[in-house]
Amino acid sequence: MSNELGLKVKPVTGISPEDEARVAAWINTEDYKLKNFARQALVVNPAHACQPLGAELCAHGFAETLPLVHGSQGCASYYRSTLNRHFREPAPAVSSAMSEDGAVFGGQNNLHEALENALALYKPKMIAVFTSCMPEIIGDDVSAFIKNARQKGCVPPGFLVPHANTPSFTGSHVHGYDSMLLAILQTLTEGKAMEGRCTGKLNFLAGFDANTGNYREYKRIFSEFGIPFTFLADISEVFDSPNDGTYRVYPGGTPLDDAADSINGKATLSVAPYATSKTMVWIKEQYSGVHASLPMPLGVARTDAFMLKLSELFDKPVPASLKAERGRAVDAMTDAHQYMHGKRFAVYGDPDNLGGFVAFLLEMGATPVHLLCSKGSKKLERELRALLDGSPYGKAGKIYMNRDLWHLRSLLMTDPVDAMIGETHGKFAARDAKIPLFRFGFPIFDRVNLHRRPIIGYQGVINMVTEICNKFIDIKDETCEDRFFEMMR
Amino acid sequence: MSEATVKKVDGITRESTQAMIDRTLQVYPEKAKAKRAPHLAPNDPQATSPCVKSNRKTVPGVMSARGCAYAGAKGVVWGPIRDMVHVSHGPVGCGYYSWGTRRNLMSGINGVSNFAMQMTSDFQEKDIVYGGDKKLAVLLKEVKDLFPLAKAISVLSECPVGLIGDDINAVAKRMSQELELPVIPCNCEGFRGVSQSLGHHISNDTIRDYVIETREFVEEAGPYDVALIGDYNIGGDVWSVKPLLEECGFNVKATWTGDGEIEKIAATHKVKLAIIHCYRSMNYMARVMEEKYGIPWIELNFFGPTKIRQSLRKLAERFDDRIKENVEKVIAKYDPIMQSVLDEYRPRLEGKKVMLYVGGLRPRHTVGAYEDLGMVVVGSGYEFAHGDDYERTSPEMPDATVLYDDASEYELEKFVQELKPDLVGSGIKEKYLFQKMGLPFRQMHSWDYSGPYHAYQGFPVFARDIDMAVNSPTWKLVKAPF
Repeated sequence: MSNELGLKVKPVTGISPEDEARVAAWINTEDYKLKNFARQALVVNPAHACQPLGAELCAHGFAETLPLVHGSQGCASYYRSTLNRHFREPAPAVSSAMSEDGAVFGGQNNLHEALENALALYKPKMIAVFTSCMPEIIGDDVSAFIKNARQKGCVPPGFLVPHANTPSFTGSHVHGYDSMLLAILQTLTEGKAMEGRCTGKLNFLAGFDANTGNYREYKRIFSEFGIPFTFLADISEVFDSPNDGTYRVYPGGTPLDDAADSINGKATLSVAPYATSKTMVWIKEQYSGVHASLPMPLGVARTDAFMLKLSELFDKPVPASLKAERGRAVDAMTDAHQYMHGKRFAVYGDPDNLGGFVAFLLEMGATPVHLLCSKGSKKLERELRALLDGSPYGKAGKIYMNRDLWHLRSLLMTDPVDAMIGETHGKFAARDAKIPLFRFGFPIFDRVNLHRRPIIGYQGVINMVTEICNKFIDIKDETCEDRFFEMMR
Repeated sequence: MSEATVKKVDGITRESTQAMIDRTLQVYPEKAKAKRAPHLAPNDPQATSPCVKSNRKTVPGVMSARGCAYAGAKGVVWGPIRDMVHVSHGPVGCGYYSWGTRRNLMSGINGVSNFAMQMTSDFQEKDIVYGGDKKLAVLLKEVKDLFPLAKAISVLSECPVGLIGDDINAVAKRMSQELELPVIPCNCEGFRGVSQSLGHHISNDTIRDYVIETREFVEEAGPYDVALIGDYNIGGDVWSVKPLLEECGFNVKATWTGDGEIEKIAATHKVKLAIIHCYRSMNYMARVMEEKYGIPWIELNFFGPTKIRQSLRKLAERFDDRIKENVEKVIAKYDPIMQSVLDEYRPRLEGKKVMLYVGGLRPRHTVGAYEDLGMVVVGSGYEFAHGDDYERTSPEMPDATVLYDDASEYELEKFVQELKPDLVGSGIKEKYLFQKMGLPFRQMHSWDYSGPYHAYQGFPVFARDIDMAVNSPTWKLVKAPF
């Protein structure tokens, strides 16, 4: 029966208040930090998810496309609920519901049944298949399964079934996004390249960006320029759909014909070098026109580079309206610089976001102190190093690759900062450090509508300045002595 | 149940419900239709066997809301135990998605005396190829070093662990001795079983095999020692039920597992009675404790004044006059408070229709609370129930209302379109679908970031939340005037 551990039966003692106070103080010390950073095996509070989550987000970005998780149904529920919580929107996706017999016999029957049922119930134009752990470990040949499904008639001839291998034990949601995007574009554009044809359009890739406001902002910028575009994996209408009394399974996404024709584009631009790296390598080989990768346009300089690139690609001047917008963003920054200058920040998040946050802070005269990515790379480290080295405000910055939010907590306690930029999971560390957390990343589970306010472009700069500076002013108003509480700030 | 107490709903007959089910199933391919049909049925409150089939494999591709065994083990049973570290053993995702997303609140200091965190072995390709046992041993030492007040460590297997043939049980046994700390292996890989349910069962078995009897209470046993089992402290539910039981004169020696302490759970074999709230996830240990230690168990429902009153009296029946008197005093104290809640909200909710699709105990236990508010439940179902859950559900539900087991999103959508409820109570995956239809919705797994909903402290919160969902002026704006 019990006690298979061979431990002696002991009295119930609980945790004494003295022990609790002692350890609570100890975990804030330099001594604890050293122990914490010596960890080899244990990961505590990592700020990244697994590949299939990114694959699902990407799949939702295409019109009438149903994401299908090949694996255990619990995986699908986890990805869906994560997207539901962040966007506060539906995230319809199905799974092949593999169970123990799948482990023995493989998941082919499950996948075939899933395709057939999903088609009948949800009538998609495309089913984007991606894998969770189980089929990856037992060695399911998803490509062959899909071929067999066609032969068996589980899907009609010509029906689009792109698939990506997205095992959770490599990479993160960022890599899963890339793999799914590549698979979808490969499937859609197959045989569509036409000698001499040019759509005249910009193909645009935003990468794993879960801010629908950013998507709308990109599109507005293209319109201001008068640049025709195909936004690949456009989640803006999917995860920011109107409430008009009708539920739509597929409320938006990139039209499949447009995506298919993107191979004949005039230019292809990615603002997510990390989340679209494999895809862009392939695009460079396959797509007509010119191709370019830029960092996400966060902050003024990166937005300037974005504008100049658009101008260059389409041989159009930056429109006066956007130039005026730039002026307003700079005005917002100069007006508010005093509330951010010299403020020390910890920044963590996805590779495509991190550099942008740091660049923006440096532009404001703020001091990025702790820069952390829980699934980073040497390349990212070099990029961040160069950013810090290029600014007098970057001298205090230290970079932590493949460290988690429990490491970050130690850093906050031993080398305190004034604020954090990140996503919801950092809120415990922020509370312990008694500093505000600015939620510019993914996911945001605990604030409403932040995914609707853009942070990219000049308007994004204004939004970030407003959010950050007003919070510091709030803190002053809430915490200052009465005699220093005054009308103006 | 006598004929007189069978509840009816105007316009709902066995024929109308069956016809709705048949219309819904039309779109399914034959094989899937044959699989799904037995899981959908009109309710028969007097049925002697479950009205619907349950606890069967999920049909692929239909969009089930179910989770997995790992979810049942980590999210439901183990995760809420506050003073131990729960290691999600395998790749990063499972622990990430279940991190802070159930709302099982806990006392203590995060990272010091409670560990509501995401601790994982973050498997990489090399761990899949070479196995993760060695990494696990190192990890367990690191846990002990960095979190010295943790009273135990659970090792919760994710899918790869079982598939690559790791032996976490051997590692746990060895490291328990080395660290002088209970390390509890839980083989709850997500591919096992058909839903969360097997994860509950496996977790109960590990409590049986590794936890119970390993501790003893210091203080002497008393006649009113009870344990609260199957309350997970969602939004603070335990913090409402426990004081109520104490007010009635009981000593609540352990809570399983909401805001739970592992040592007290380990000593629960010394209590006089186990009070079961969520039968589905904890009946296994209740039975073990009954058979092995002779501890009887009683299923109680703490939703809404009617059920609370019945439950307290049912509980008092097991004890002496002192408890019986206390219980009557407590009921007399809270009755007027509850009446004032009903006076405020019932007029605004009278006759409103509700559809439920949840898990555990809520599809049946909350029916009475809605009825207290004058509302009618016109459909109910579970993600991961068994036959005994449906047997307990049928008498609570009105005659001929629709029951659905492991419903697909398609089925739920169709039923809601046909039945036009005033409120849907379900989960996060369903919430925004129905809200887009302009329908009021409350998450009934997480109390929609509110709570508690249990007991007398909870009912006013529940009533307020239901009222604000149903009667929010925002719903009137859904249709544009142009």
